Amino acid sequence: MHDWAQIAVGTALVRGATYADARVMDIRQRDISTKNGAIGTVAESESLGIGVRVIASGAWGFAATDRLTREGVQACAAEAVSIAKASALAKTHNVVLAPEQAYEDTWQSPFIKDPFRIPVERQIDLLLAADKEMRKVKGVTLAEGSMSFRRIEQFFASSIGSAIHQVKMLSGAGIVATSFAEKEIQKRSYPNSFGGQHMESGYELVESLDLAGNAGRVGEESVALHSAAQCPEGTSTIILESAQLGLQIHESVGHPIELDRVLGQEANFAGMSFLTIDKLRKLRYGSEIVNVVADARLEHGPGLGTFGYDDEGVPAQCTPIISNGLFTGYLSNRESAAAIGEKRSGGTMRTESWNRLPIIRMTNVSLLPGTWKYDDLIADTDDAILMETNRSWSIDDRRYHFQFSTEIGWEIKGGKKGRMIKNPSYSGITTEFWNSCDAICSRDYWTLWGTPNCGKGQPMQTMGTGHGAAPSRFRNIKIGVAFAK
Amino acid sequence: MSPARKSKKPRRAAKSVYHSHASEDFRVGLPDLREIAARVLKLSDADETEVDVGAVSDALTRFANNTIHQHVAEQNLALSVRVVFDGRTARASTNKTDEESLRRVVNAASSLARVQQKNPDLLPMPKQQKYQKVRRFYPITAAASAADRARAVARVCATAEKTKQTAAGIFTTGLTESILANSRGLFAHYEQTRAEFSITILEKDSSGWAKSNSPNLVEIDPEALAESASEKAVASRAPREIEPGHYTVILEPPAVLDLVGFLFYDFAGTAVLDQRSLFTGRMGKKLFGENISIWDDVYHPLQLGAPYDGEGIAREKVQLVDRGVPRNLVYARATAKKMKARPTGHGFSLPNEYGEAPMNLVFAGGKATVDEMVLSTERGVLVTRLWYIREVDPYQKILTGMTRDGTFLIEKGRIAGGIRNFRFNQSMIKMLSNVEMLGVPVRAAGEESFEMVVPAMKVRDFHFSEVTKF
Repeated sequence: MHDWAQIAVGTALVRGATYADARVMDIRQRDISTKNGAIGTVAESESLGIGVRVIASGAWGFAATDRLTREGVQACAAEAVSIAKASALAKTHNVVLAPEQAYEDTWQSPFIKDPFRIPVERQIDLLLAADKEMRKVKGVTLAEGSMSFRRIEQFFASSIGSAIHQVKMLSGAGIVATSFAEKEIQKRSYPNSFGGQHMESGYELVESLDLAGNAGRVGEESVALHSAAQCPEGTSTIILESAQLGLQIHESVGHPIELDRVLGQEANFAGMSFLTIDKLRKLRYGSEIVNVVADARLEHGPGLGTFGYDDEGVPAQCTPIISNGLFTGYLSNRESAAAIGEKRSGGTMRTESWNRLPIIRMTNVSLLPGTWKYDDLIADTDDAILMETNRSWSIDDRRYHFQFSTEIGWEIKGGKKGRMIKNPSYSGITTEFWNSCDAICSRDYWTLWGTPNCGKGQPMQTMGTGHGAAPSRFRNIKIGVAFAK
Repeated sequence: MSPARKSKKPRRAAKSVYHSHASEDFRVGLPDLREIAARVLKLSDADETEVDVGAVSDALTRFANNTIHQHVAEQNLALSVRVVFDGRTARASTNKTDEESLRRVVNAASSLARVQQKNPDLLPMPKQQKYQKVRRFYPITAAASAADRARAVARVCATAEKTKQTAAGIFTTGLTESILANSRGLFAHYEQTRAEFSITILEKDSSGWAKSNSPNLVEIDPEALAESASEKAVASRAPREIEPGHYTVILEPPAVLDLVGFLFYDFAGTAVLDQRSLFTGRMGKKLFGENISIWDDVYHPLQLGAPYDGEGIAREKVQLVDRGVPRNLVYARATAKKMKARPTGHGFSLPNEYGEAPMNLVFAGGKATVDEMVLSTERGVLVTRLWYIREVDPYQKILTGMTRDGTFLIEKGRIAGGIRNFRFNQSMIKMLSNVEMLGVPVRAAGEESFEMVVPAMKVRDFHFSEVTKF
């Protein structure tokens, strides 16, 4: 496979490219789902091809093909060069890349159990066992479970001499209980909504989740929500559990720090960012206790944003994004780093598949742990709502104003967790929100969550990102707006 | 700024703009697709076998800051095999077509199917069906080259430079070909081209947006779209902040599309069976205003898509809502059997847990222009497009999201200027009960939903809950 990448790069140079890189990717996927005691989906897929990216006439071109023959790969590389030359018809400047070294390396994400070697009937049985427990609860009208596994093997070659082989194994699973009654649909998910927990891991992740052991509780909570008190409308202290906070980080930190967005390259689709260049190392993004990093290294954990090298051959790095509340860094690639005068790319170019252009993506954008014990945090809170598990999320196209709702909430009164709250929601302005953070739980309560469904780019690419977070407290937050009359 | 003006503008003779390059047409061709399918069917020893072969050739030119910054093309052929053994079914897919890979994909599907429990809802694969012909392949679109797209982008970027504005957007062209065949003799074939142009024009504190797509490249007029976006950017300069609250809104077709697009799965028989549809317990009861009628109609001249579903059943035109009353759902074969209904040809490929959905919604409209809607409004808000829409409540169908790229205050029947963008939290049931005026339905293109045929709408009491910073 590596030969195809080298042939593509060589052909592109012969055809007039001044820079070329190529990725051969072999992707295998397994998806299983169950619904109300029956199998929903059982499917496997594989996809193999090459994507060639070039600079010619000072402009970018990219072509991808599944025709992995010498003729097919050479034609693909030639097409990439021809496209780049066409791009030069609407060019205001020559593309400049920040310098990078050449690497020859192999990297593999660690895992214990290959999910593709686990018999599929065992995987189905695990989901059906959880399904059965959810349906034992009277009032559960829909029980669903899912698992997905993805193995990505890729060979990268570039005209600066890099030759990198990487293998990543991704696993994920989750369950959902839904209850319809009268004029309301309520649901509870475990361990997270929208597919559960996902990591760069083997089947051991799925086994560690104990889906069946949590299914009864999830079912009971979905039914109990019908008789819970409605989330009030007003201003309140809120405590976000770690999965919801992970998505809050994703939307209100992870996306605004993407440098392509800041530089206007996403203006037509994903939008821009309030984090203009003049704010770097000047903006007070959050309170003193807020520290966020973008860390693709394995030391950070086996998140969906962990790798050895990004998809333009830059080694994984840890970039401080918010340091003691101060905005200190962007997610960058070689082109955008050069554009703002940085010496080196932050190494965040990622592609969904061989047929997509690598673009700037979140790696593992995580809120670093604080010092609080969870019980102490609750005991220290006089009046608040604890919100768990995302239900909806929305933020404007410059990432100022957001609104989230969660599946369930709990009233905190006098330092104690009290009655259940339904339809919790909160909203705010990004920097005001992060500046209102006054407590973050410690490493013991920190989880590296996986968001497997981040969409960006045209053509649209879906990418997995990682977000570490521990339960945290925020003061003076607007709540209940989503259901206001 | 007059949004209605763009539809009055004479369309340029686009054939002279785009140069035909026969070599850019990357079709695999029906004989080759058929041959691959035949090889798969021959390799399988399952009770029943279904094969779906699809070839894609897509290209996209992306620009921002008045320059092309991404420019891509791809070719891929995907092959998907479903087998049935004694009431058990599974699917495996690959993009490799050598003999060993075909054998492996058939074996993978067979291995997955054999270990399952029997599915009592599984029906025998359908035999050959009759399909209505649709013409959705245009050679001029298939032949569009990178240089064709780049030249069109260069023109709109040059205009933006001259007017000291900044352009960002995409110009994409492509084609798909697919066949669906099974071991009981079913064979279906579909091919389609696609062209799309989307543009955002940015100024210091404002922006405007326009987008269009069609299977026929000559229907796409990049310069007219750029002009419309530019006018909106100019008209929304120095946006004022106004108080959130309940407003009369005029939603241009892309904004309507991105809202009502969230209804599509609610019309699935399976969604009602699973009690997760807003129509659960509400079929046959007045739910929306008298002026709301909705069909699913793949044969509508402004629609796209194959005339058959994931199992090869011919799609039917279905009236979903009749003058505010939800009357019919759509059904895959298995769902229809469970719900004692007739299959409508809207099923997804099996196996799946979602059943079916109408993918070609067509709303009834009226005759009002957006200008007439503005003229008739004492105080209200004109919305160009919406962004990041998500469902807050599935049964009341409350959606949240933001306005974007051209939001205007209307006072005394005229546009009074740009305003800062709002967040909305709005029930679709209430919105479709409060529609005061309807425009002529058009093929609308947004970002949150696939394309549908919808009119502009004037809606009273639309709930803007908060305002953002720009």
